[in-house]
Amino acid sequence: MAKITFITSDGNTTIVEGSTGSVMELAVQNKIKGIDGDCGGVCSCATCHVHVNPEQWDKTGAPDELENDMLEFDDNVSEYSRLSCQMKVSEDLDGLILTVAK
Amino acid sequence: MEKSKISDPFKKARLEKGIGEMNDQNDPVTMVLGHKDVRKCAHNWKTFQSGGEEVGRIVVPSEVHIRDTRQIPFEVDPPEHKGYRDIVEPWFKRPLEAKYQENLSQIINNVVDEALSKETIEVVEEFALKLQSRALTILLNVPPEKADLWISWGTHVFRSEDTALDSSKANILYDYIDAELDKAIANPGNDLYSVLLASENNGTKLTKEEAKGVMILTFAGGRDTVINAVTNSIAYFAEHPQALERLRDEPEIMNTAIEELIRYFSPLTQMGRVVTEDTQVCEHALKAQSRISMCWASANRDERVFEKANEVVLDRKVNPHVAFGFGTHNCLGATHARQIMRILLTVLTQKVKSMEILDCEENIENLDEFKRKVGFDSIQVKFNKL
Repeated sequence: MAKITFITSDGNTTIVEGSTGSVMELAVQNKIKGIDGDCGGVCSCATCHVHVNPEQWDKTGAPDELENDMLEFDDNVSEYSRLSCQMKVSEDLDGLILTVAK
Repeated sequence: MEKSKISDPFKKARLEKGIGEMNDQNDPVTMVLGHKDVRKCAHNWKTFQSGGEEVGRIVVPSEVHIRDTRQIPFEVDPPEHKGYRDIVEPWFKRPLEAKYQENLSQIINNVVDEALSKETIEVVEEFALKLQSRALTILLNVPPEKADLWISWGTHVFRSEDTALDSSKANILYDYIDAELDKAIANPGNDLYSVLLASENNGTKLTKEEAKGVMILTFAGGRDTVINAVTNSIAYFAEHPQALERLRDEPEIMNTAIEELIRYFSPLTQMGRVVTEDTQVCEHALKAQSRISMCWASANRDERVFEKANEVVLDRKVNPHVAFGFGTHNCLGATHARQIMRILLTVLTQKVKSMEILDCEENIENLDEFKRKVGFDSIQVKFNKL
């Protein structure tokens, strides 16, 4: 079981728990504002973009090449950007804090 | 296994030059072919604009001579684009609601039942067009019988048999939308026409012309594309019964299967932009006021991005396809289209054992340098019950 915190653009903080699936799926199930996951998690739509808390970058690791390519053309990209559909929920992510990109 | 195959005519040009050239009514188009270049151009709306003065020019083939109404938000660029997009976005996300899906499921079950009850069926006119038109009544939130007229227009509502574009045909649609908007002005309801007319952009009510622009986009953008996606799906599963079997056994791959079929079919081959300043793509100089197109169909077969790019891999996990476009102007109807695909595939797995293609005529787009199959003009299929 992992507890993950989402900070949305309206400043709200939501803590959700999960043990399987992707972080995007977990966010959609919990109706986290700004995470749409239109393509269902195949890395095609970039509607699940989050900024990882920089201090926890080691927990998630960097995006792979294809994910990076998707992020490259996103206007709100940061050094700590990830597409949450490409992050698997696991114990390793327990305590993770994510800010939903605009 | 050849009838359902959609080949990739762009491969050589994509790898050797990165671009293709197409003459379109004496207004040439530089076709951008590579996945990365396509996304780069789609992202750069300042240099490659949608909202130029000439309405209809970003469509390939160009609609400059047949349309004066600006399609919205499609032919508007940021920052104005956002105001319009924010108005329509919630409406076009309704396909995520359970009630919407229930209604859509009813429609799709009906067309599949009808196909199963007949000896054989011509899928383009008698299945895909009906499905698409009836599904559109849900998107517009209008009575289901409205679809009867749209179906009667046939698949060639925007063109005659021999020419790509035909203004008298296009006017049937534009006049229809005018009349429906007038009815909504006189008698507002809960349909998209009325919702648009009641909407405000920066404190100003949308004009009838603006509402018309959204409605034209909704009708035109979702007609051939959905019809091709549905027809190509039937052809694919007819020739790949094991794929239908697999979806039955592993419904958990439904999402990746839908995205993969949409990548493979790429129902919209390309979309244009007008170049605003002298620039270049793939070391190819582009002059201000010339046109480019982003060839989604080519980008979706880019071997530098997709392994086994010409194969349908139903459980392809990472699939950064651009079949719904990319960036600011990505497809507004994608949520509706994805639900149609999800429900269609689900109903096929529940009711259909197999399908046989008896006869077909391919719909080949003539893009000068390239000839691309986008679907079928007609396809006669026998549906067998599970």
